[in-house]
Order: sequence, then C-alpha cells, then structure tokens
Amino acid sequence: MAKVIDFQTDPSRYRHWKIRYEGAVAHLMMDVDEAGGLFEGYELKLNSYDLGVDIELADIVQRMRFEHPEVKAVVLQSGKERVFCAGANIRMLGGATHAHKVNFCKFTNETRNTFEVAGAESGQYYIAAVRGACAGGGYELALACDHIILTDDGSSSVALPEVPLLAVLPGTGGLTRVTDKRKVRRDHADVFCSIEEGIKGKRAKDWNLVDDVVPNTKFDELVAQRAREFAAKSGRPADAQGIALTALDRRIGEDGSLTYSSVEVEVDRAKRVGRVTVHGPKADEAPPADVAALHGQGASTWMLRVARELDDAILHLRNNELEVGVLVFRAQGDPALVAAHEAFLLDSRSDWLANEILLYWKRVLKRVDLTSRSLVALVEPGSCFAGPLAELLFAVDRSYMAEGDFEGDNRPVATITLTAGNFGPYPMSNDLTRLQTRFLGEPGKVEEARARIGEPLEAFDANELGLVTFCFDDIDWEDEVRIFLEERASFSPDAMTGMEANLRFPGPETMETRIFGRLTAWQNWIFQRPNAVGDTGALKRYGTGVRGEYDMKRV
Amino acid sequence: MLDLINVSYDTQIPNNVGLSSDKRVLKALEKWHPGYINWWNDLIPRQFQDSLVYLRTAISVDPKGWAKFDYVRMPEYRWGILLAPQVEDRRIPSGEHAGQPAWQEVPGEYRNMLKRLIVIQGDTEPASVEQQRFLALTAPSLYDMRNLFQVNVEEGRHLWAMVYLLQKYFGADGREEADDLLRRSSGSEEAPRMLGAFNEATPDWLSFFMFTYFTDRDGKMQLESLAQSGFDPLSRTCRFMLTEEAHHMFVGETGVGRVIQRTCEAMKEAGIEDPYDIQAVRNLGVIDLPTIQKKLNLHYTLSLDLFGQEVSTNAANAFNAGIKGRYQETKIDDDHRLQNSTYPVVQMVDGKVVTVDVPALSAINMRLRDDYITDAAGGLKRWNAAIAKMGVPFELKLPHPGFHRHIGVFSSVRMTPDGGLVSTEEFERRRDEWLPSKADGDYIASLMVPCSEPGKYAGWIAPPRVGIDNKPGDFEYVQLHMA
Repeated sequence: MAKVIDFQTDPSRYRHWKIRYEGAVAHLMMDVDEAGGLFEGYELKLNSYDLGVDIELADIVQRMRFEHPEVKAVVLQSGKERVFCAGANIRMLGGATHAHKVNFCKFTNETRNTFEVAGAESGQYYIAAVRGACAGGGYELALACDHIILTDDGSSSVALPEVPLLAVLPGTGGLTRVTDKRKVRRDHADVFCSIEEGIKGKRAKDWNLVDDVVPNTKFDELVAQRAREFAAKSGRPADAQGIALTALDRRIGEDGSLTYSSVEVEVDRAKRVGRVTVHGPKADEAPPADVAALHGQGASTWMLRVARELDDAILHLRNNELEVGVLVFRAQGDPALVAAHEAFLLDSRSDWLANEILLYWKRVLKRVDLTSRSLVALVEPGSCFAGPLAELLFAVDRSYMAEGDFEGDNRPVATITLTAGNFGPYPMSNDLTRLQTRFLGEPGKVEEARARIGEPLEAFDANELGLVTFCFDDIDWEDEVRIFLEERASFSPDAMTGMEANLRFPGPETMETRIFGRLTAWQNWIFQRPNAVGDTGALKRYGTGVRGEYDMKRV
Repeated sequence: MLDLINVSYDTQIPNNVGLSSDKRVLKALEKWHPGYINWWNDLIPRQFQDSLVYLRTAISVDPKGWAKFDYVRMPEYRWGILLAPQVEDRRIPSGEHAGQPAWQEVPGEYRNMLKRLIVIQGDTEPASVEQQRFLALTAPSLYDMRNLFQVNVEEGRHLWAMVYLLQKYFGADGREEADDLLRRSSGSEEAPRMLGAFNEATPDWLSFFMFTYFTDRDGKMQLESLAQSGFDPLSRTCRFMLTEEAHHMFVGETGVGRVIQRTCEAMKEAGIEDPYDIQAVRNLGVIDLPTIQKKLNLHYTLSLDLFGQEVSTNAANAFNAGIKGRYQETKIDDDHRLQNSTYPVVQMVDGKVVTVDVPALSAINMRLRDDYITDAAGGLKRWNAAIAKMGVPFELKLPHPGFHRHIGVFSSVRMTPDGGLVSTEEFERRRDEWLPSKADGDYIASLMVPCSEPGKYAGWIAPPRVGIDNKPGDFEYVQLHMA
C-alpha cells in the first residue's frame, strides 16, 4: 500500500511553522524546512510549500480558533531572509500525478478560505506582513489575509508569475481574489499576472495589490500597529481559555477502513464504493447542561468530535482512496439527540466555543460539497438525519429513503428531522443554504419545510416536501440501491466530476464558487494540456533551463 | 558617420553610442543625471570632492589607447556610456539560439530576464562605492587614495553603463529600475542592496584590498558571463567594463601583496621567526599573517555566496536563452547548448559532501564558481611565493568552499576551513580562530591613520614597485583640498 497521507498533526510535530503568542496577537512564521518535503525528489527551497506544509498550516489555523480564543490578530510573516514565500514547490508539482495536484490545490484552497473568513465570522484577523519575494502561492497566502503590508525596500515585490514562468494559472484563488476581492482593475490585473518579477512599492499600493506600502525601517512598527487595530475590532473574549484539540481516536485498517469514535468508513475497493456511517450521540450522551459543561467536555463533545472525525475521513478518502468513486452516507442513532446537541449550540451561540463548533460544521459540510466523488445518502431505518446530519442529505447528489417497516429490522422507521440549523448557519459556498439551493426554482418549498421543523418526517412526507430523491419500500430497496451504486461506479470518473460539480452549485456566483468552479476548472484543464505537462511542457521543463515548447494553436 | 571608437563629448554625457542623435535616451539620461550627482556628492566626503585626483578617463574604446591620465575633481569626472566596438556578424554564442545572429534589440520573450540580470549587476556597482565611502579618511598614502578613487569613479561609470541599457532598451520599467538603483543603498535598513556581500561593511584598507581582490573578481566573472550574452549591447558594454575591472583586481592583488611584504619585512628586521607569535608581530605595527588569512577567509566566502545556488533554475534559463554564457564561452570546445551533458556539482547527502553529476544547464553557477576559484588561486600563489622568498614559514590558503557559507548546499552545515564538519556550537566556539574577531578588527582599525605626504606610506604597508602612469615615487596623486 502506498504511503498514507495523514491530515492529523499537532504542534510538537511541526517542521515548517513557528508560532509566538503575545496576548491578542499571534505571530505566525513560515520557515519551511527544505528537507521536509512530504515526498522524495524535491527540496522546499525559498519557503516553497507542498501538501505537508499546508497540512501544518491547516492545523495551525484550526487550533488558533479552538485552542487560542484570546488571539484576535494573526500576523503571517516569513522566518527567512529576503523571501516571504515562493509559492507551491514547482518540482513537486512537476513530478506529481494529476490527481495529487488537484487534491493539493483543493486542500490549499480550503485552508485559504478558512483563514480568510476567520476575521469576519470569528474575529480572528489575518495580516500578511511581506518582506522579500512574495510570489505565486506566496502571494495567494497573502491575498487570503484581511490585510497585506509590503515593505518598500526597493526589491520586495508581490507577483503571480505562473503564466509567464510555468504556463499554468495561480490556482489557489490568485486570479479570482485579485479581481473579486481586491478589485484590481482588470487591465492592471492583466499586466500584473503576465510579469514574472511582479510589482513592488508604490505601484503595488496604487493598484491595490497590497494595503500598505511602508518604509523598511517603519515596517515592524506598522505591522504592530495594524495588528493592534485589527485586534481592537474583534469581539473575541480576552480572558477565555481555549480547549485542547486532542488526538483523534482513529484506526486505519489494511483494507482502507477507518474507525473513529462516532464515524466509521468501510471501503469496498472492488466496487469502488466508500460507506461512511455517522453515529449519533449515545443514549446517555445528553447535550451539555450549560456552557461550562460544554467547555468541560471540550474536544469530546459530540458535535465537535463528529465534525473532526467526518472532516478527517473525507480528507483521507479524497487523498488516499482515489478509485473510490461513490461515497455513501448513513447516519445511525437517535435523531432527537442529534437535534438537541445542535440546539444547545445554536442557543449558546454567544459563547465563543459554541459558535466555533457551528462554524466548523459549516466548513466540514462545505468540504463534503466540494468532494469530487458521487455522493449518495441512504436514509435507512434507525437513521438520525437531523439538523447538521440532515444537511448531508442536501449536500449529496442523490438520496434514497426507506419507506415503512423493513422485515426483520427492529430499528425505528426511517425519518428525517429538520432543525433551525437547516435554514441558516451552514451556507454553501454560493452563500445560500442547501435547502435554498435545492429549491432554487420553488422558494416556497423552503418555507413549507421550515414549518415542519422538529417533526420526525417519514418517507411519504419527506418525499412530498422534496427532501429526498427516491423512496423505496422493503421490497424494492435493496435492488434499487445496488443497481444505482453499480451504475454510478461504472461511469467515467471525469464526466461524473464535471457533471456533479456543475449540478451541485446552482444559483448565484460568489468568489468562492468562482475559485472552485471557474478557476479550478480552467487550471485543471491546463494541468492536462501538453503545453504545461507534456514532456516538453513548461511545468515539466521548469528547472532544466530549457524552455517549454508550446502548441501555438488557440483552443 | 557615427564614430563608435572615440568618445564623443558633444553632450553632457561622454559616449560612443551616438547619444546626441538619440534624443529620447539622452533626455532620459539627462533626467537621471542630477540624481546621480546628488548620490555622488552625498557619498564622498566634502574635502575629497574638491581635491584634484590624478585619474584616468576613457577617451576611446580602442584597446590600445583608451585611457588618458589627468587631474580631475571627482564630481567633474566624465562618466559616460562606452561600449566595446561592435564585432561584425556576431553570433549568439550559447543556448538554444546558438549560432543565430546576436540580438541588437531586446527579444520580447526574454525582456524580463534580461532586465533582472542587468538590474542585479547594476545594483552591485554603486554598492561598493557606498561600502568604501569613508576609506579615504584613513588612506595609507596618496597613491592608495588615488587608486580608491579610481575604483570608485569606475564603479560609478559601470552604473552608468547599466543605466544606459535600462533606459535605452527597457522603456518606462527600465527608467523606474534606474531610479531604484540610486534608491537602494549598501547596508541600509530602509532599502538594502540586493546581494548580501554588498551590504557588508568595508571597515579598513585590508578589507578594501580583499574586497577588490575577491569580490570584484566575482564581478569580473559575472561580467565575463554577461560579455557572452546574445544581447549584443549588453555584451559590448560588459566587454568594455572588463578592461576597467582589471585595474580593480590589480589594486586588490598588489594591495594585499604590499601588506604581506611589509609584515614579512618587519618580522625579518625584528628577528621574529614565528609568524604565529601574533603579539610580537603586532608590536611592530604591522598586520600578522594569521589575521590576513582570517580576512581572506571572510571575503572569499562572502564572494562565493555571490555565485548563488550550485544548482540554479534561473542560471539555467539565462544560459539556455542565450542571455549569458559561461566564462570564455567561445573558447570552450563543446556544443554550447548543454542540453545533453552533465557537470559535477557538490551536494550534501546524509551529512557527507559528495559530487554528483547533474544536467550541465542547471550547473551554470557551479561552473562559473569553479572558474572563479581557479582564477582566485593565481594571486595566492604569487603572495605565497613572496612570503617564501622572504623566508617566512607561512602559507595562505583558500578555505574549503563549504566553510562559512550562507547560500547553497553548504549553508545548512558548519565546516572548518579544511572542510571538516563541525557542530554549530563548535563552529561558534572556534569562530575567532577562522574569521576576524572584534579584537582583530580593533587592532587593524588602530593602524588606520592617514598618511598624506607625497611619497610616504603608512607603516603597515609597503610602497608599490611602480607608480601609476609610470609616475615617480613622490608623485602627488591627490592634491588635497585643505579648505
């Protein structure tokens, strides 16, 4: 079995980042260990990164939210002289399989999005303090921050050199954030994205590529000042104690199966199907009595525990089980308990931890939306598709619901329970709830569903309300489901990915949908083209000194 | 007809590029000129600005008679734009375009790469003037002071040469870069020079000689590789700069040689046999040989860093594009494309130094550095011959290329000058054995007292064997302005 890419890490294992906490401000230093690449065959020179570096960053961003509620501003800086970050490591990209490149870009995009919204939704602002070359993925890291400060030392610049240098795109949101977030004029953006050495000093500010350009001698002072200003905007509590994100209770089986405390994944490699079962709270696992109890439970509280386990499972499947084309979601347990746990958090939202757990659910569900596998949910007897788990039903491509009693099955009849959570707190990347997206043409249906909050809805009602795709009874269930899964797993994976990605995100475009849709799709097209990845393509030839050869026909 | 050999003085800026008929560039240069003069005036202490210095000025780019010596006030020095004569039907010497006619205009696809190389080269030229700005105050003789100023004005002229290329061929961007060359400043916290060695201090005259010997020799190698450029104006510019650069290395080699000579003479006169009896030697008011070795270690290793990473994509790209070549490219007997050949490069593998054959294209920096090391060894041989001739049992050595490095494969390890691997702790503990300590610096600084009587020399340095322009020993190379 190939090396398993593990998304779990902790501060004691970081090789590429250093963090210094000073009250409300955290100083995050990128100091990539050249010899610390995730795979053989490349050195992480000039603070360039690979998936391993980004896994650490994702862990830092996540822990910053939960373990450091006191941090209101994070200053992102380089630990190296004369270079901020040179972006994704090119030799790594040149040597990586297409699938790895795509998964790498997706994960890095998700991490950028996570710290990008940390300021607005959680009062934890990120400030990029740029000294030295800040190119490609390096500038994309800065772009995702709330504020960019560039030193005016006559040589430090920001750049997106991908097109002239590598014949690919700045694929971690670079092009999109330049136009949509920073609103750089499109002709200026055209100039900026075509010059290898980038733009420095006053022009970088004039074109709004950065927020501050400051003399080198005043750099530290301004960075400290901006950090204070952002911290002052934050509503995070000053005296709160964080909770520890303890190591996940996880076992990885030889057969690819994953076992967590409340999530189980069974991998059927022959059928190319992964079965993800989420277990609801145990019968004696009542919601925390109050906020103090929630803090006491910390990482073990069901809502947080399940979110972390589900998140890790999705990442694991995406990166380590490439041929598993269909993911089947099940949920087993007491739907009332699931709804109660969620309700407690929704009611306690003024508490930072309750809020963070809900925000994390929003991210995990987005991660599901963005998973390029056919997603299916089976609402079987004994299911607990309520609240956040019901969101899974609206995230998947199709859902099947069991109707009535099943012979020899003494579990309760299958139901779905809607909660307030299905009408706001977990929007998709198009900024609509999953139900709003589902009923784009019939907004009335959303209101109809809202009227049924709290009611265990059986198949007939769920079908009437449009909450599931198909309902089958005991007689048809097994065959229908089997045939569907076999058919689905046999389609061309490329066509499936394309079709699903198009159908999942109807409605308005946002910067996020443009990054994951337009930018990523174009990038993935370019990543397949000989001009970039052929034997004589620019990406393959990078570092040899020999230029890429282009087929000059426009397509 | 345009006279491309003799320098035209028909504009404010002497040139052999027909500036008077190129109004656009002339205008740009005239606009840049006041900033340059301000830079110069801010840099060199006032009393020297008004002094008359016996300098050579280029009047022609003909190798036989290009220099004319005369007294000049430095701010009135005729800085100008001088290109070596055009070689008829010159071809691109290397890379994928090898054999095609050399470019007379910038090829669009290589515009940025060319601009960056010119900016980096241009950035080093004024930097050394900045690093050496206070040395005149402690010059050991008028002869040395004159040499310092000659080096300074020529570095200034080299800046002009790069600025001309930027303004002539790179439009508005080029003009902006030209301005930034005056904005960055050596050792500045605000806007430092681009390369590390050019932000180091040149605190004393021994440093100056070491700098001109070792660091200017890096400059020579870089100019040699740019002289092989397929972009003809760059090649011609660098070819002419090389004729001036030779003098800088002469200053370095004879300077270090004269320090060594004086030390050995003083030791002999005093009957000191042991070159390591540092205190006894220092009591004579000369610089002991082990300290000279430490200075050498420092400047040599800082200069090696200037060659960049051993395996370099940028260098590979530049060579393959024909933007720069190898040292004496046209004399090398191979295909000049290097797409299928290899070159041995040192690497650290599992804590050991090993030599690995890598694609030759990616090893362009390494090869230039190897050529540099060979070139730099020449002067050492002559210094050691002089030491041996005077009967002192001491030999100067170039340290291992892995010693005291901040760039490249050796930057991650600590080595002794002999190439032995040591821990960081041990290196730090023994640093003063190998590199100049603060005490060494203080001692040398204590010797730095000016000596400005014509024909007289400070006690720690021997007089030169021959004068500049064959002038007699008591010639007044600088007529100091004593206002």
